[in-house]
Amino acid sequence: MSDKILYSYTGLFDTPDEIIHAAEKTADEGYKKFDINTPYPVHGMDDAMKLKPSKLGYFALVFGLSGTFATVLLMTWMTAFDYPIVIGGKPFFAFPAFVPIIFEVTVLAASVATVLTMLFVFFKFPNNSHPLHDTDYMKAVTSEKYGISIQAEDELFNEEKVKNFLQALGAKNITPVYFDNEELNVKHAVFEPKFISLLVVVFILVSGATYITLNKLMFITPFNWMMEQSKTIVQESNVLFADGFGMRNPVAGTVPRDQIPYKFKGDPEGAGENLANPLIPSKEVFALGEVKYNTYCSPCHGFHAEGDSRLRGQFPNPPSMHSEKVRNWSDGRLFHVITEGQNIMPAYSSQLSREERWAVVLYIRALQRSLNAKESDLQ
Amino acid sequence: MSSNTNTVEYVKKDLPASVNKIGIALLIAGLLIIVFSYFVDNTRSAFNNLILLMFLTSIGLGSLFLVAIEYLGGAVWSTPFRRVSEFLAAVLIVVPIIAIPVYLNLHSIFHWTHTDVVAADPILSGKSAYLNETFFAVRVVVFFALWLLFYFLITRNSKKQDETKDQNLTTRNIKLSAVFMPIFALTITFASIDWIMSLNPHWFSTIFGVYYFTGSLLAALAAGTFIIVMLNEKGYLIKGLKKDHYYSLGALLFAFTNFWAYIAFSQFMLIWYANLPEETVFFMDRLHGSWVYVSIGLIFIRFIIPYAGLLSQPSKMNAKNLKFFSLWILFAHFYDLYWLIMPSYSKEGFVLGWMELGFPLLAVGIIILVFSIKSKKENLIPIGDPKLQRGLDFRL
Repeated sequence: MSDKILYSYTGLFDTPDEIIHAAEKTADEGYKKFDINTPYPVHGMDDAMKLKPSKLGYFALVFGLSGTFATVLLMTWMTAFDYPIVIGGKPFFAFPAFVPIIFEVTVLAASVATVLTMLFVFFKFPNNSHPLHDTDYMKAVTSEKYGISIQAEDELFNEEKVKNFLQALGAKNITPVYFDNEELNVKHAVFEPKFISLLVVVFILVSGATYITLNKLMFITPFNWMMEQSKTIVQESNVLFADGFGMRNPVAGTVPRDQIPYKFKGDPEGAGENLANPLIPSKEVFALGEVKYNTYCSPCHGFHAEGDSRLRGQFPNPPSMHSEKVRNWSDGRLFHVITEGQNIMPAYSSQLSREERWAVVLYIRALQRSLNAKESDLQ
Repeated sequence: MSSNTNTVEYVKKDLPASVNKIGIALLIAGLLIIVFSYFVDNTRSAFNNLILLMFLTSIGLGSLFLVAIEYLGGAVWSTPFRRVSEFLAAVLIVVPIIAIPVYLNLHSIFHWTHTDVVAADPILSGKSAYLNETFFAVRVVVFFALWLLFYFLITRNSKKQDETKDQNLTTRNIKLSAVFMPIFALTITFASIDWIMSLNPHWFSTIFGVYYFTGSLLAALAAGTFIIVMLNEKGYLIKGLKKDHYYSLGALLFAFTNFWAYIAFSQFMLIWYANLPEETVFFMDRLHGSWVYVSIGLIFIRFIIPYAGLLSQPSKMNAKNLKFFSLWILFAHFYDLYWLIMPSYSKEGFVLGWMELGFPLLAVGIIILVFSIKSKKENLIPIGDPKLQRGLDFRL
């Protein structure tokens, strides 16, 4: 028992009235460092022990007010300065809308911080060793007895005096409680490297496990069902129609608005003989023809219809339009080539309207004339 | 410790005659000013009379609620001074008399009593099944009848117990209180709708009944707390009332001050957020002209100042502080009712003159007189109550 240090003298009582009386007497005697242990809270004990009111309330006040002001600043900064968005036509600094959040954060900050303060500052958590633990005294007061423990740290403490005092109070089982010096946690165990590394390990394990569980094991593609809609998609098959095609043909025997069916499909000679340009040459028509020619025809045929493609090397060059053959073609024959295409030239009926095609034909005629002008044109 | 047979020694002490004199003086002064003000400005006096009616209803009905909730909750700490609330509930007997001048001036107070206005207004016509004079009168009579019925039933049992010490009377009162609770909830809601909300019949707020209930409870608690602390200091109550009792009274005042702020803000925020014209009209009236100062003042008088004053534990146990804030909260309730009712009289800005003075004087006079008359006839302590000893043993 050489390394054992006296912690306190303890005594037991049978009724709550006795323990209240004992607490009053002990406090009157001038003892400050003593404690009462009872199986349940005994009302009026704080007064009997002459305890000062707890300081915990001030912590709650400070933490609560910090929550209040932090939230006011947070909400103001977010909604009025950093990312102002008009919500419901309210001003950016909409204080009434902040109030519920301020209230919640105040309560949350005050309650959580107060509990943590109580545990870590007042109870010196995680120090869980106390000299009274695992003593017969503690076993008794946690079941049916009411105990008092006067600590050796008290200025008035004197072994014999305390023993006699407890006897005079009528306490039973008066016993000393000893403890090992090693057990004593003088420092706050919170700051021990071991405890902090334990916290770090727990943090990594918990957050890692959470990350792996949620993001890897239980991963579900967010919103992948947006790709699987049953709507009709062009160029895709579709189960809604009997033939399985997503794209539909026009109903047989009908014509879309503003379209005239082309009579001379696959009949260039017929077109050349029967079609005449409906447009009257004018400045506007030539201007339209020039724009459309330069946009759709010039990439291959060249700006002057000489077959000098800007796409040289990617497509075979088209022949010049200034040849005798083309110059002798009728307007209808040219119109047919633009409408249906020829050789590797595709049809332009979907890009150019009927009127635009005829305008292009007129513009081509003008280009042809520019290289084969008659004498009468000079006058 | 907790025995059901009490051996409490109580010697009844009569209140000093000066209390009665103060009550009569205030009553006469108030009455004189009121009669004079009715001659000068009938409408304005009628509106003020409505404030007085709502104030006294608050005190009486709130006190009856406190008595009922004590029985229903099986509370012991408030038993030693339950009589104070019972005496204050007797104000309910006077309330119907106060209501008579209001009823005579119904047309100058309530917009919806004019049938020609209602006929021209589709919203009011839609509400006319509820808001019409006949049904209104029926409701008012029913409210008064129910309140007085339960007042007499509950206090009669309590009084009888002083002599018989019969524990079954407590059981009977618990049952009565259980019946009274839903009736109380409905009547106070509809009374507040009828008498305050219908001043602006286009406006509605579903939380309004709770708002008035909170104010009523605060007023009844404040009046009770002030009287209990006064009587206890002068030694008219039983020995053994401690800081723990004071603390509980203070804690209730504090809690319901918070509750008022919660309800008032809930009402305001929803209306502010939704921004619908038929709802915002209530606050537009109260933010118009000089009313805006009264509205801002309400936040401080009703919430911030009593909140700060009753926040800490010692402040709830300090008799002087408790008395001050009880009177403060009583005043705040009057102020709150003024804020609720008067904007319907003067839309441009608040009015305050000698005409507003007579009614509070009369209110205080009535409360003092009712209390002193009741305390002369009855014990100030429910000496037959089985919970009395436990109430005195109460500790936090």
